[in-house]
Amino acid sequence: MITHPRTEELAQSVALWIEQIRPSLDPRNAFLARVAANAMATIGREITQGPAAEAEAVRLMAEVLDRTGDHAEMNTELCARIRSGELTVETPGLLAALTVMARNQIAIDQPGYKAEGSL
Amino acid sequence: MELDVRAQLERLTQRLGGEGATLTEAQRLSGGASMETWAFGFEGRDGPERLILRRRSAPFDEETARSISLATEAALIRATGANGAVVPQVRHLCDEADGLGEAYVMVRVDGETLGKRITSDVRFDAIRPALARQCGAALAPIHATPPPPGLKLKTVDAALELDRYEEVYRATGAERPILELAFQYLRKHQPEPVEPVLLHGDFRNGNIMFDPERGVAAVLDWELAHIGDPAEDMGWICTNSWRFGRPDRPVGGFGDYADLLAGYAAAGGRSIDLSRVRFWQMLGSLRWGVMCLTMYLSWRDGAEKSVERPMIGRRVSETEADLVVLLEQGL
Repeated sequence: MITHPRTEELAQSVALWIEQIRPSLDPRNAFLARVAANAMATIGREITQGPAAEAEAVRLMAEVLDRTGDHAEMNTELCARIRSGELTVETPGLLAALTVMARNQIAIDQPGYKAEGSL
Repeated sequence: MELDVRAQLERLTQRLGGEGATLTEAQRLSGGASMETWAFGFEGRDGPERLILRRRSAPFDEETARSISLATEAALIRATGANGAVVPQVRHLCDEADGLGEAYVMVRVDGETLGKRITSDVRFDAIRPALARQCGAALAPIHATPPPPGLKLKTVDAALELDRYEEVYRATGAERPILELAFQYLRKHQPEPVEPVLLHGDFRNGNIMFDPERGVAAVLDWELAHIGDPAEDMGWICTNSWRFGRPDRPVGGFGDYADLLAGYAAAGGRSIDLSRVRFWQMLGSLRWGVMCLTMYLSWRDGAEKSVERPMIGRRVSETEADLVVLLEQGL
């Protein structure tokens, strides 16, 4: 990977530029510009934190499903086995695994979000 | 062609304020793709008036829409207001002569609707501990209002809501294990059927006008009103996505469950179990998660172009972060 600049730094530079021009925009576009800057920040976090989050999800799903596979196929199987009623809130380890996966995802999507039970 | 709302407001001013009445202000406040809100004021025969115009700017079919018509909305605000609910006064239901399309006018109520300010601004520190009880009291006369005859209001219950949102979720093609688990859990824990009542349908922090001294000043945004379980309105205001950074205060980010329920009972509402509210709260998180998915899809499929839409899609994970905790805690 190119490191000068890294991809997340490119995203960061765009977000900073959007913030610079934001004061010159009308209210509606100023709002949308903030959303766009947030999108760039999310891209940056996904680049830096995404691989570890996905690797951990793969490991956790493999434990719950007692098999190996890539993220997409295990996610599909996990959904199917929950939907069929085979895996429930009573299933040992399921909620614990889903909790870690949810925390890793919110850390990418909305790190400032105060989830239920977090205060 | 874009309607010149300001010019039509000049005309409306003559109709409401009498000949010679002059428009003193007209400002578009907000609005999505299909709904506009305007603040306007005039100096008329009987003095100044400060009003709000709500008008629809896109085609609407009440038969298939989830939301109700503006005429129905106005009728419900009038009916619940006559029954003691804290709602704005409907000043005028627009007709063809007004040239504003589907629209009505209400008297402007002062106060704050921004959820974050209600939960965090120092101006609300003194009144905040009273708000959950007031919200319970505000719901009681709404739920006790007999639905005016002739209105097209949908009736839903827990099973129908789960069916509807699961159908929408399946149609998105998304595969989200936490949402799957929430659907399964909620289906197994549906509350006993209850006598359905008139519901506000979108009763949450953000849709209520609060006054820093008096508290609840007006219940706004009636477009999702329907008939159903009274605990649905209570669960929605407890859904964490509307607590604006204060998950430790379950009611709207400002109060406790017990105060909401006590305020409701003291105002004549029937006794409601907390577990029933928690069921609708969990369904609220699930519903918001599915709604976030559909908002992303409206962008992917080209119906909406705003950058806001795909970013709302990334809010699904906030509902998942809440749902795993609720599933762990139980109802």
